Amino acid sequence: MRITQGCFSFLPDLTDEQISRQVQYCLENGWAVNIEFTDDPHPRNNFWEMWGLPMFDLRDAAGVMMELNQCRKAYGNSYIRLSAFDSSHGWESVRLSFIVNRPKEEPGFHLERHEVAGRNIRYTTKSYAADRPEGRRYG
Amino acid sequence: MPQNELTTRSIPTNRRTPPKESDMNMHSMTVRGKDRYKSGVLEYRKMGYWEPDYAPKDTDIIALFRVTPQDGVDPIEASAAVAGESSTATWTVVWTDRLTAAEKYRAKCFRVDPVPNSPGQYFAYIAYDLDLFEPGSIANLSASIIGNVFGFKPLKALRLEDMRLPVAYVKTFQGPATGIVVERERMDKFGRPLLGATVKPKLGLSGRNYGRVVYEALKGGLDFTKDDENINSQPFMHWRERFLYCMEAVNKAQAATGEIKGTYLNVTAGTMEDMYERAEFAKELGSVIIMIDLVIGYTAIQSMAKWARRNDVILHLHRAGHSTYTRQRSHGVSFRVIAKWMRLAGVDHIHAGTVVGKLEGDPATTRGYYDICREDYNPMRLEHGVFFDQHWASLNKLMPVASGGIHAGQMHQLLDHLGEDVILQFGGGTIGHPMGIQAGATANRVALEAMILARNEGRDYLHEGPEILAKAAETCTPLKSALEVWKNVTFNYESTDMPDYVPTPSVAM
Repeated sequence: MRITQGCFSFLPDLTDEQISRQVQYCLENGWAVNIEFTDDPHPRNNFWEMWGLPMFDLRDAAGVMMELNQCRKAYGNSYIRLSAFDSSHGWESVRLSFIVNRPKEEPGFHLERHEVAGRNIRYTTKSYAADRPEGRRYG
Repeated sequence: MPQNELTTRSIPTNRRTPPKESDMNMHSMTVRGKDRYKSGVLEYRKMGYWEPDYAPKDTDIIALFRVTPQDGVDPIEASAAVAGESSTATWTVVWTDRLTAAEKYRAKCFRVDPVPNSPGQYFAYIAYDLDLFEPGSIANLSASIIGNVFGFKPLKALRLEDMRLPVAYVKTFQGPATGIVVERERMDKFGRPLLGATVKPKLGLSGRNYGRVVYEALKGGLDFTKDDENINSQPFMHWRERFLYCMEAVNKAQAATGEIKGTYLNVTAGTMEDMYERAEFAKELGSVIIMIDLVIGYTAIQSMAKWARRNDVILHLHRAGHSTYTRQRSHGVSFRVIAKWMRLAGVDHIHAGTVVGKLEGDPATTRGYYDICREDYNPMRLEHGVFFDQHWASLNKLMPVASGGIHAGQMHQLLDHLGEDVILQFGGGTIGHPMGIQAGATANRVALEAMILARNEGRDYLHEGPEILAKAAETCTPLKSALEVWKNVTFNYESTDMPDYVPTPSVAM
């Protein structure tokens, strides 16, 4: 399967040049870009690990791309996403977020059904990969 | 005077042309002292409802009406009558006025302008003191402003065009239960419009068949699916069946994609008790969102907004019925007023037009509605039909929804007209796809992502739109087929409602 979180998951994987243009767009809007990675891509896992701090006061996308390549070297078989934070009043949250790296194989999720009273069912989404300990989930 | 600074800016002063027939009318004609309360009938303009020298206070509510007096009725008198009948007046003088601070409670019409290019119509600006209204109640606000006066005999027609709601009043409302920012955080979706579809056919599907449509559309790439306004609990599908099958579909699609998904479960019912029961069940099943129809009434809407805030559920509003009073230019209530009331009332989503789709909506007027939903401050923009500066005092933002007759081939136009914080709902444009519902959903999602990518790269996406879509279709057969099927579908009809003011280069707006 292919996890389709983030803004561009339905397109073919972005090239570094395409990623860099999106980063430039974020920087020109005054947003700080953060690199985050995880091996637990559960849809409600909001807090991926941070690769350093959001890059405030950056002008050139090349800085982000350099960091991204470092992150890929260390976590090349994990999910990596870029998130852009807008600090302006009335928003103060993420403006753009997209996946820039995926594990070679994405095993996806298992839906557990627990039948309860009436015809009600309690659903639990479980990542197949997350059964293994952190750091050993993808090969 | 600093107090008046804001109010003079908020009102279009550059077009202050007195109606020709009555230059005298520019002065107050209010009868004062003992004579004011002599028994009998007195013209409204003499009773204190026409005060051209009145400078509205920052805390006043200001309403702008389009008044069409009957033939022979003086426009000032007609406008004063509107002020009177929507505040303290009755048809004759009553001595009991003298037991009250009557001058404070009288609504004051302070300005009347002829409507450009519309003979016989006048814009009347009326100020209401804040004490006339119960805090936090749309029912009370609307009972005052539109309660009696629309049937008033001396008027041929009357339309409430816009309202300036003072911050002091805005702050008495909860506002959207969730708001755009928190909705995006909860749904984990940033940087693009959200995608939805209304399940079709709107009537007749069994719960099991209905859930099938939901599953296919969500798995294919939509973020939301939606019950239609008249899907409640009918013989072919009782509400519990729908809720149970829909939540199976939502959870299955979530596991299949790794994304958060939702379906607007319509909890509209005959009584509040039934609505609460349905909303509770939706929450118990883990739905992130429920839905109500505008026809349930303002009080019911506010109750559901409070319920939604208490229970962390997003609240979608379908504006069922609004066209009965919003569409005609001369009579009724403009949708921009309804949008303002709904932002106060506290819904999270509101249908606000598509511009390019099958339902009424002139681009400039629709832009005005979208600004009212999404901005923290609306400056006066006559060319968008926005007559007042409006401060929202950090009230949550309301997500507009574009639904009705739109398809993937229009993605560049939709993004250009409606921006990023919007839900694009492709009902027929998803379910009617020749390769099936999943393919229809995928086509829409790919078209959207390709357009956002191009926009962010700085491309002239509006003009290069068809090219961008064609390129994206090279690696996406469903999109290719969608573009082919609907390539010539447009809905070009003249709008029945559009702004009265058109920007000209010589006028500084």
